[in-house]
Amino acid sequence: MTASTTATGTAGGPGATTFGSVLASEWTKIRTVKSTFWTLLAGAVVVIGLSVLWALAFTASYDQMTPEDRATVAPTSPMQIAFYFGMVIFGVLGVLVITGEYTTGMIRTALTAVPRRPQYLAAKALVLAAVVLVAGEVVSFLSFFLSQLLLSSKDLDGSLGDPGVLRAVMGGGLYLMLIALMALGVGVIVRHTAGSVVVVFVVLFVLGIVGGFLPGEWGATLNKYLPSNAGGAILAPTQTGTTLAPWTGLAYFTLYTLVVLAVAVVLFESRDA
Amino acid sequence: MIQARGLTKRYGEKTAVDHADFTVEPGHVTGFLGPNGAGKSTTMRMVLGLDRPSGGDVTVGGRHYRDLGAPLREVGALLDAKAVHPGRSAYNHLRCLAQSNAIPRRRVDEVIGLVGLESVASKPFRGFSLGMGQRLGIAAALLGDPAVLMFDEPVNGLDPEGILWIRNLMKDLAAEGRTVFVSSHLMSEMAVTADHLVVIGRGRILADTGMREFIDDNATSHVLVRSPEAARLRPLLAGRSWRVDVEDERTLQVHGATATEVGDVAADHGIRLHELCAVQPSLEEAFMQLTGDSVEYHAGALAGLPPGLSRAGGDGA
Repeated sequence: MTASTTATGTAGGPGATTFGSVLASEWTKIRTVKSTFWTLLAGAVVVIGLSVLWALAFTASYDQMTPEDRATVAPTSPMQIAFYFGMVIFGVLGVLVITGEYTTGMIRTALTAVPRRPQYLAAKALVLAAVVLVAGEVVSFLSFFLSQLLLSSKDLDGSLGDPGVLRAVMGGGLYLMLIALMALGVGVIVRHTAGSVVVVFVVLFVLGIVGGFLPGEWGATLNKYLPSNAGGAILAPTQTGTTLAPWTGLAYFTLYTLVVLAVAVVLFESRDA
Repeated sequence: MIQARGLTKRYGEKTAVDHADFTVEPGHVTGFLGPNGAGKSTTMRMVLGLDRPSGGDVTVGGRHYRDLGAPLREVGALLDAKAVHPGRSAYNHLRCLAQSNAIPRRRVDEVIGLVGLESVASKPFRGFSLGMGQRLGIAAALLGDPAVLMFDEPVNGLDPEGILWIRNLMKDLAAEGRTVFVSSHLMSEMAVTADHLVVIGRGRILADTGMREFIDDNATSHVLVRSPEAARLRPLLAGRSWRVDVEDERTLQVHGATATEVGDVAADHGIRLHELCAVQPSLEEAFMQLTGDSVEYHAGALAGLPPGLSRAGGDGA
């Protein structure tokens, strides 16, 4: 090492640090770890695969079904089922983008680079939202189209032109984006990967099922407002008796996400890194 | 320049840093010396805005770290060499740090060259040795060509070649007029690297002074003299109003005299000497003297530990 350690001085370029700089940095981060790709691939395989499987199973047993059972199916039914089982995987990505930094200690390096923590978290959230929205829309549309191919054998298929279907399929991508954002907030609050994933799983998967066992009128009403039941309403072409209206449901899920993120920002700002 | 005024950090009942006042000036390597758990890392995290002080204040170049617009261009820090995502390559790690502070891409290649990681820059960090990790951490610290640099225990786990490299790097950076603040619990390392010392023990700043002054103030030099006639020599030396300690029946320690003076006295009286030397104080002695004087530190840090274990083992906290 000679005296020329750093004297070349190309570091202090003319560009000042802006929110765009932080966004660019977060974009580099999310695309340079393999876990991003594998998590999204796992989510896509589970959601698309289950849509296809369910459509196959339903058409195979269609001839033995009662007319009442046959009446319950909609063109979006396969993806609705598949989303319920696969959505947590998109939450895992939201958890990983922050807990991956806590478990490695990278968070301290990152916060010395961007000490304005709300700005840091905002950039992380925006990049995550963009990535999951794009991936989520692809997954949602593929699930729909592939399951229609199978449903068409019994003339059960629908098209994007049918009432509420385009909204349901597009809403699927939005819903996955919100799930990832809520999981990011959980990750910031909990700071450990496994703990955060468990919380996300309980809130989205377990709670939505347990809600169905709540007794009486009061229980049925509460069940509609539970996170995954409210959010999942966007996936149905028409409102059913057991759910909120599609956009109302998604609005509630957005509200829950914002509350989690708000708590996350407050804790992130006040805690020692 | 780094300035701490009354800087305090409490974790519940425990006070990790207790009203610390110190200044780290540009153009020198300032050593931050203290035993493990003395509060060095906590202090450094507060400088970087990672931990909030419970009281007091610390600024870098007169500003709080969190108010710096592009902090990597003003302060470079190596806290923990392992704090990198294991799946990300060294290049991409530096790239995302550079982007966040609008540092051009070519600077990433430059610092990779500076620390000699060209051949492994595209490899995932998980395969890196501790030494390679330290080099990557130093590359990250140099990324923004900052005027202030902080290194927390930078020689931990390095081979002798790596230690020498870091030592020279820090001296070069200081010679370029930068502020260099480096923590260590290894006094021998500080002795050959730092020109200025901030000494911390149990969260308290025990000294903030030049290396030479610190040793002169806190460790006294003496003359060691070995003679078969030590018993005859001793009263002669004591008669010159020098303090004479008896080490054993043939060995004396003379305080306040030079080796020349002691040798002359012996020659004047025909006393044979087998050894005569001036013993220079070491940083170790100065440090032990200082911390030994700090009663609270002594009682608290050493209680319950076998002698000699008080500074050993454990990780820098």
